[in-house]
Amino acid sequence: MQIAKLVDTFFDVQVMLQYLPKIVEGFFLTIQLALAVVFAGIACGLALALLRVARVKAVNFFIVLFADVLRALPPLVLIFIFYFALPPAGIRMSGFVATWLALALGLAAFAEEIFWAALLAVPKGQWEAARSTGLDFVKALRYVVLPQAVRITVPPLTNRTIAVTKGTALGAAVAVGEILYQAQSAYTFSYNPSTLTLGAIAYLVLFVPVVWFGRWVETRFAWKR
Amino acid sequence: MNDRPPILDVAELRKSFGHLEVLKGVDLQVRPRELVFIIGPSGSGKSTLLRCCNRLEEPTSGSIRVEGMDIMAPGVDINLVRRRIGMVFQSFNLYPHLNVLGNVTLALRKALNKPRAEAEEAGMQALARVGLANKAKAYPNELSGGQQQRVAIARALALEPTIMLFDEPTSALDPELVGSVLAVMREMRESGMTMVVVSHEMRFARSAADRVVFMDQGMILEQGQPEKLFNAPDHARLKQFISSIERH
Ligand SMILES: Nc1ncnc2c1ncn2[C@@H]1O[C@H](COP(=O)(O)OP(=O)(O)O)[C@@H](O)[C@H]1O
Ligand SMILES: [Mg+2]
Repeated sequence: MQIAKLVDTFFDVQVMLQYLPKIVEGFFLTIQLALAVVFAGIACGLALALLRVARVKAVNFFIVLFADVLRALPPLVLIFIFYFALPPAGIRMSGFVATWLALALGLAAFAEEIFWAALLAVPKGQWEAARSTGLDFVKALRYVVLPQAVRITVPPLTNRTIAVTKGTALGAAVAVGEILYQAQSAYTFSYNPSTLTLGAIAYLVLFVPVVWFGRWVETRFAWKR
Repeated sequence: MNDRPPILDVAELRKSFGHLEVLKGVDLQVRPRELVFIIGPSGSGKSTLLRCCNRLEEPTSGSIRVEGMDIMAPGVDINLVRRRIGMVFQSFNLYPHLNVLGNVTLALRKALNKPRAEAEEAGMQALARVGLANKAKAYPNELSGGQQQRVAIARALALEPTIMLFDEPTSALDPELVGSVLAVMREMRESGMTMVVVSHEMRFARSAADRVVFMDQGMILEQGQPEKLFNAPDHARLKQFISSIERH
């Protein structure tokens, strides 16, 4: 009896089918948002880490400040600032852009730290060997140090990327029509928790493969020198 | 016998790290085809001296000339100079993400901008010289220490340097692998390479060095032919150093 009621409440197939198109729509928006966050975040983080290698004191001060502040701020706070606090200052952006920007900046901060740590982890002798053969600083970085650093980066970066892309659900708070937002509004219409179950399933379908990929990466890149 | 102008001419070289003066006015001339051996206690500045010669370490003062050119002069393209000076490190420093041929050809391709085929031909020749042409496709972690060091030598040789600097090339090797590296170095000497070797391989020094230089506390204390230096050293410190080395 109990079980049947449970199934009825959380797995009402009819309701689920009814709202499936909306969730699918949210599913694809989540993917778009996540991809935009990942590309912008990692590219920006890498650029900052490379800039930091040049060791210009004033520049590095701001990079470190950026990384520390953005790693400390809860992403939702940043989203609210972009979405609610900036318009009175004359800067307007959609919920999508606000969420994208907040998450990408957060990922950039973490990625910068991860790339930087990896660049430092490459032994000094690698730089010296490269420089001693007449490769200039940029070429030594590009062909010798960076490829080794990236290799070290892949597992932690994959984990951080997964964590940040799950943050796309925060977009629901500023009306971004991603999975959670669709599930929640379906729930408000139907008062049927099955809509939320459907949302959860959509997240699992999307992120379980990503987590598996992360696991694979973890073993694949555990290498010995 | 050898009065051609020196390939390497170091004069009044000083180097400090902060308040620590590591090189206290070193003069050293290395002539073409000469093999100069540098010995001395740990911390006496041997590595720093070698590293100043291609400006991996920036000298504090003094002059360094390579083939007559002042490499400290403003406007000098240090990357060009470095291609003329091969350097071999104690810890090999091969690039672990590239295979052996990739290690040997990287600078040919990216610093000299040689086309791939040309670079690989030169790379294979250099590998053949160190007896490792058959390992071109292997990765560094698949090689023994001795093989890795020979690849490192090939990496330097491929650039056709006029002088090679070796910083304790066999110190990180198991004893049974030392011979293969020394054999390559001996072959290089016989084919006329100019070499500066920091090492404690006294037997190699006796048989291959034209001159042995003893460094102590940032200065050259004594130098001369190996027989003279090892058998009848003038300075007590050198005598002491030699007996400490030969004890093991
Ligand atoms: N980058 C550095 N910073 C500070 N001190 C250094 C550095 N490199 C070498 N030294 C110091 O310089 C001295 C000479 O070192 P080194 O040239 O490596 O001697 P050796 O090769 O003869 O053992 C040592 O006291 C060492 O601690
Ligand atoms: Mg040393």
